Amino acid sequence: METLLTILTGILVAVATYLILSRNVQKVVLGTAILSHAAHLLIMTMGKGLKSGSVPILGEGPAYVDPLPQALILTSIVISFAVTALLLVIAYRTFQETGTDNLYEWRDINDE
Amino acid sequence: MNNIIVFPMAIPVLAGIILIFFRNNRHVQRWTSFFVMVVNACIALYLLSLIQREGIMRIDFGGWEPPFGILFVADSFSVILVLTTSIVAAVCFIYAFSSAEKNYEQTYFYSFVNFLVAGVNGSFLTGDLFNLYVCFEVMLLASYVLIAFGGKKNQLKESMKYVIINVVSSWFFLVAIAYLYGTVGTLNMAHLSERIAEAGQTPLLTVISMVFLTVFGLKAGLLLYFWLPRSYSVVPTAIAALFGGLLTKVGIYACVRVFTLFFYHEPEITHALIGIMAGLTLIGGSIGAVAYRDIRLIVTYNVVIAVGFILVGLSAGTLEALEGSIYYLVHDMIVKPLLFLIAGTMIAVTGTAKMNDMSGLIRNYPMLGWMFFVVKLSLAGIPPFSGFIGKVLVGQGAIDAGSYILLALAFISSIFVLYSLLRIFLQCFWGETIISTEDEMPMKKGWVIPCALLTAATIALGLGAESLAPYVKDAAETLINPQNYIDAVLYKD
Repeated sequence: METLLTILTGILVAVATYLILSRNVQKVVLGTAILSHAAHLLIMTMGKGLKSGSVPILGEGPAYVDPLPQALILTSIVISFAVTALLLVIAYRTFQETGTDNLYEWRDINDE
Repeated sequence: MNNIIVFPMAIPVLAGIILIFFRNNRHVQRWTSFFVMVVNACIALYLLSLIQREGIMRIDFGGWEPPFGILFVADSFSVILVLTTSIVAAVCFIYAFSSAEKNYEQTYFYSFVNFLVAGVNGSFLTGDLFNLYVCFEVMLLASYVLIAFGGKKNQLKESMKYVIINVVSSWFFLVAIAYLYGTVGTLNMAHLSERIAEAGQTPLLTVISMVFLTVFGLKAGLLLYFWLPRSYSVVPTAIAALFGGLLTKVGIYACVRVFTLFFYHEPEITHALIGIMAGLTLIGGSIGAVAYRDIRLIVTYNVVIAVGFILVGLSAGTLEALEGSIYYLVHDMIVKPLLFLIAGTMIAVTGTAKMNDMSGLIRNYPMLGWMFFVVKLSLAGIPPFSGFIGKVLVGQGAIDAGSYILLALAFISSIFVLYSLLRIFLQCFWGETIISTEDEMPMKKGWVIPCALLTAATIALGLGAESLAPYVKDAAETLINPQNYIDAVLYKD
């Protein structure tokens, strides 16, 4: 289970890196969202007993999963949701002002 | 009674939320925000004196005792920074009263600055690593909004860059926290420190410390400062002053905290690398500061130089050096906003940011000119002002640690700071006066008063360094003896 998750994390990071380096603004925003998912999976693998453990409720089996990473992931999901929403708004506003979503063309923009 | 520790974060959050409902009432917005910062400063002063009597204090949220719950810890270092933050924010508010455009004030400007300050104070006070990440994000989200305030093309373009760079660095932060949790099994800062000291700083932990260094390098502008100058130079003056005074300083605080509390066992690797990065930052910042003719860019490159200088103290790692870093950090939090405010005022009265288009301003605005002169001397480290004591102590620490190259770089960079600002002074304030008295824009009181307050603060900090000494000494001693921090958090009830 941990191995699978780690490989998946790696793939997600690779995809996100590709997207962030692209010249299209929407792809960059999607890239940051995927990047944060990779981090969430990584936190999950750091909790011990993913395979053998049961739900973290007292009295349910002898070994249970570490509940702390899940709390961390929950917090982190909320934050990345907020950041992605804000990023989309800024990207859209910039598109409205400049009329292009190509990052390479933004380089020449200067309002002075 | 310890509940008072949470107020510096809780009050701005509550005020920010309440102000959303008073969108159209400018006076309520202004004076509530200002009052909040004054109250925060008073709380910080009270806390500072309380810590000297009773030692490091903490508050466990929900009664969960450490290492299990989230907690806030107030030691001298954190509280000194909270105090400075409150003062700087209050002064920037005064500047915003007369400079902010009306539509800014109606689009929740004051709420977001309150949230920003809440995030900054939370980062200073928290005793839990993940909570540090959350407070960072609170601060950054507010700053994302503030940097795009006004929605000019240039600003939007820079804010996009700023947000993406910060999202990526926050991702590194999260990854570093995950690795550290997987290795050590706790996130309470005192508990982490204790466990790392018990098990020894293995090579794996040193690698994790490098990930942390990358994160704080990006946030503080330590070597990885390429995003900083342009994004700080597009925002309105009052916000730029807040950013220059507070944002990078939180990164520096986190860097100092992490590398004195957890990863202090392998200084020949970690602290040497911080030293190299600080040296390169000083060189790069100095080149930037003399390379441009745009006042705003020169000022932002001065922020970069200060980051390098403060971390030279951390790299040296002796008691004097850390004391020097703390003094210089406080000094920089006061003087950088002042520099931004004066530069912003110069741009506002002349309508240009190009150095070549200004001349002889001292005849039109003598007060502004002399305040700029004071800032210049203060940043260069001339004795009666506040930069001096920090520079002396950092230099002394670097000599004790035997890092002579860093010492040389640190002091040569001071000359570059002086030269870059002297150039502005000679070009813009001296020379032939080109604005005739009929054409000159009247200087608003709201522009001069905040600048004068901060100028008074830098003079007071320079002359009154002695009275601040016991607090700074206590802060540096806690940093150099992590056991004090651990005892206060884990073994005191």
